[in-house]
Amino acid sequence: MNKKLSLMFLAFGAIAILSGCEPLTVFNPKGPNAQTLSNTIILSIITMAVILLVVYVLFAFMLTKYRASKASADYEPPHEEGSHVLEITWTVIPIIIVAFLAIVTVKTTSTVETTPEGYDNKEPLVIYAASSNWKWHFSYPEEGIETVNYVNIPTDRPIEFKLYSFGPITSFWIPQLAGQKYAMSDMLTTIHLAADEVGSFMGRNSNFNGRGFAEMEFEAQSMTQADFEQWVKDVKANEKPLTEEKFKELLAAEHVGRSSYSSTHLDFSPAPMAHGDMDMGGMDHSDMDMSDEDMNHEDMDHSTDADSTHSH
Amino acid sequence: MSMEELFHPLQEPMILAAAISIVVGAVVVVAGLTYFKKWGYFYKNWLSTVDHKKIGIMYIAVALLMLFRGGIDALLMRAQTAVPDNGLLDAQHYNEIFTTHGLIMILFMAMPFVIGLMNIVIPLQIGARDVAFPRLNAVSFWAFAAGCGLLNLSFIIGGSPDAGWTAYFPLASTDFSPTVGNNYYSLALQLSGIGTLLTGVNFITTIFKMRAPGMTLMKMPMFSWSILITNVIIVFAFPVLTVALALMMLDRQFGTKFFAMTDGGMDMLWANLFWVWGHPEVYIVILPAFGIFSEVIATFARKNLYGYKSMVMSMVVISLLSFLVWAHHFYTMGHGVMVNSVFSITTMAIAVPTGVKMFNWLLTMRHGKIQFTTPMLYALAFIPIFTIGGVTGVMLAMASADYQYHNTMFLVAHFHYVLIPGTVFGVLAGYHFWWPKMFGFRLNEKLGKAGFWFIAISFNVTFFPLFILGLDGYARRMYTYSASTGYGPLNMLSFIGALGLAVGFALICYNIYYSWKHMPRNEKADVWDGRSLEWATHSPVPEYNFAVVPNVSRLDEFWFAKKEGRDITAGKIEKIHMPNNTGTPFWTSGFLFLAAFFAVFSLWPLAIISMLVVFGFMAHRSFEDDHGRYISVEEIMETEKSLRGDK
Repeated sequence: MNKKLSLMFLAFGAIAILSGCEPLTVFNPKGPNAQTLSNTIILSIITMAVILLVVYVLFAFMLTKYRASKASADYEPPHEEGSHVLEITWTVIPIIIVAFLAIVTVKTTSTVETTPEGYDNKEPLVIYAASSNWKWHFSYPEEGIETVNYVNIPTDRPIEFKLYSFGPITSFWIPQLAGQKYAMSDMLTTIHLAADEVGSFMGRNSNFNGRGFAEMEFEAQSMTQADFEQWVKDVKANEKPLTEEKFKELLAAEHVGRSSYSSTHLDFSPAPMAHGDMDMGGMDHSDMDMSDEDMNHEDMDHSTDADSTHSH
Repeated sequence: MSMEELFHPLQEPMILAAAISIVVGAVVVVAGLTYFKKWGYFYKNWLSTVDHKKIGIMYIAVALLMLFRGGIDALLMRAQTAVPDNGLLDAQHYNEIFTTHGLIMILFMAMPFVIGLMNIVIPLQIGARDVAFPRLNAVSFWAFAAGCGLLNLSFIIGGSPDAGWTAYFPLASTDFSPTVGNNYYSLALQLSGIGTLLTGVNFITTIFKMRAPGMTLMKMPMFSWSILITNVIIVFAFPVLTVALALMMLDRQFGTKFFAMTDGGMDMLWANLFWVWGHPEVYIVILPAFGIFSEVIATFARKNLYGYKSMVMSMVVISLLSFLVWAHHFYTMGHGVMVNSVFSITTMAIAVPTGVKMFNWLLTMRHGKIQFTTPMLYALAFIPIFTIGGVTGVMLAMASADYQYHNTMFLVAHFHYVLIPGTVFGVLAGYHFWWPKMFGFRLNEKLGKAGFWFIAISFNVTFFPLFILGLDGYARRMYTYSASTGYGPLNMLSFIGALGLAVGFALICYNIYYSWKHMPRNEKADVWDGRSLEWATHSPVPEYNFAVVPNVSRLDEFWFAKKEGRDITAGKIEKIHMPNNTGTPFWTSGFLFLAAFFAVFSLWPLAIISMLVVFGFMAHRSFEDDHGRYISVEEIMETEKSLRGDK
């Protein structure tokens, strides 16, 4: 059985070496929310390693000490009913561990479900991300532009991705910036994130949605505010607007490459309602206003409050 | 649907080869039965049996066959992803394979293996002569077999389900999965699910009403306890599946919109219903394994189970919690911090009773005299490996962290680390442990141990790398990936591990053949120096189980009786009432199978006709006068004598 233990150490060693070369994606965060998640995971791994150690030591002890080959032929094991003290101990200690992890979970879950720390006083940039077949559409209502299969974001500004789908459930995931969330056809969900540095990150759908699933990746590029503004200007100046006809064509296609447009599909095909607002009903929902290019920041504030998924 | 479409899966060379091998296999079996004139024997002793032990053996035979099928699926998946940009399988084929792998391993391998063992052991362990409803038991088995056959037919005729074993809507709707694959899904699971539900009713009744005199619930062996709780979970959980599958069929084949994207349908409703059944299902396959480990560890440590009461309590708590955690399967649906936190806490709470069991098993071994037999090796390896599955489960339960693991290989690694050392090691331990009870000879220990080491080591080689891949951002269910991701080497390692697992399972199968040929017969009843009542009767067990039903006054009565030199099966032999065999469950399920098969292709008139035949059988049964039969005292004496080996 000691073989098994040494195997385990080997495996953990392998992780250490692997993470020495290049950190695993999840442990290589480039934004505050992904950082929170990375810290949470590392904390939980350490806690769990302690539990594993206790079990493994006990296990190795029992197997080496009480094997039949070590006992004398006439040894007859005693009858033992159990011990209240011991049983209470190994009920209470796990309860304490679980309570500790529960506190961590509740705290970190609420952290990553709000505007990232340190960015509270900055206006969030709202981007609608919708999936269709095996591609992603990104609409920037504020800027009045839309991209397909790539998304550019400014650094040092909180970003809110509003997610929905034109088909099966997908899951929007940029592991180095934030954890994932489902994009569904009948409601809007929100991911909060921010990028601390300039870089290019892998984003993908992680929820199986059919034949083209494996290829359903996009690039998320973070750039300085100035570069971002320049890029928006370029798109507005050089790209054609997204017509309803063109959009339908895009929706029907299975895979497409990258493209950019100087208007968004939200004008003629508004997003569904946010989760918390489902019961409010009506078409006068603030989401609709989001597509207005001329919207000022006060309106933005109001609307993001209203369709925050976590207001309840 | 044209003929060409119908048989379109056969254009795939691998599927064609599989289909041909199935046909050849069937021809060999039919020819063999005919040549040796065994049709009558086969029908009388197996197809129409109501003997719980034979039904159990048939369940296990199907489970092993399905282990083979699901294992080939697994090997193909690991082979496909062993190198980047592999062209072995196309996306469609890969999607079908991971879908059927999940379905088959959970519902047609793990479940029937567990149900098979409980069929064989439970009546023996509680000192009963039979189950409460023997004929219903046959109906359960044949309904399950019909569902199993239907799902396996799908890959030859019409195409397999391809929307994942979870079949999330709207992906599983006709809009996005237009082939009949998911029709097979709804109907095959419906048939086998009904079988399982009936089993649940049957065994709850059996355990409550048919225990040996003196055996109160708290004097019942731990395996019986685990099965009682499992069946309670079955009875509460399976109706949800029944309803969900019925709605799925309506949506797919009658144009309703329960789970649609339009007209007020809710896609996440399916996910909720599926996991309200699906999470308890995890415990339906894991709790019996906990029961088996309890028996095996106590037997081979030669000690009574440590903390019996807390073991029972912890199982009851687990069963309750299993219904309160389903939303942890979709933390990322965006239901807010509050809901996620509540489900996080209930999920993590399951670690507490599970930990209690872990420590009780460890302490059972203290002061013991541990023998390393094959079943014991599985039970021992379960402890360190399952603990990894358990702690990663707690990690996944943390909602925030799950945003990074969800739908990744980390999750895949976790549930294999739970289900393989838990359920698979559990049923393999039970299978090696109770084999002499079924057939009267032991499985070869050397081959058994070799199989164990292959499986235990290869398992870790296969699945540990997946934790690392998951943390590196590798999503599950991807049929391929590019070399630049760097996922190649660990995937290759995992494939090598899968090959090792295949060798291990091949050794287990070879062991059946080898032991059947070479192991000594007429093994004594109590081969392992066991503790519970199943070891008090002969191996193999006679039809009536116990010539004289033993009296019980405490837990492990048989063990203490041995110590005190008493024979607890001594007493006056009287005639025994037994049920008659009947072929009706077999034929009824045959027509159920036909009805479901026609329904898959929406051939409603044919489906209705088949269903009418099924109702005909049921109506006939309601007028049938069958009071069973008696086994005479002389016949019992004769059997007892020959089983004891005195001439």
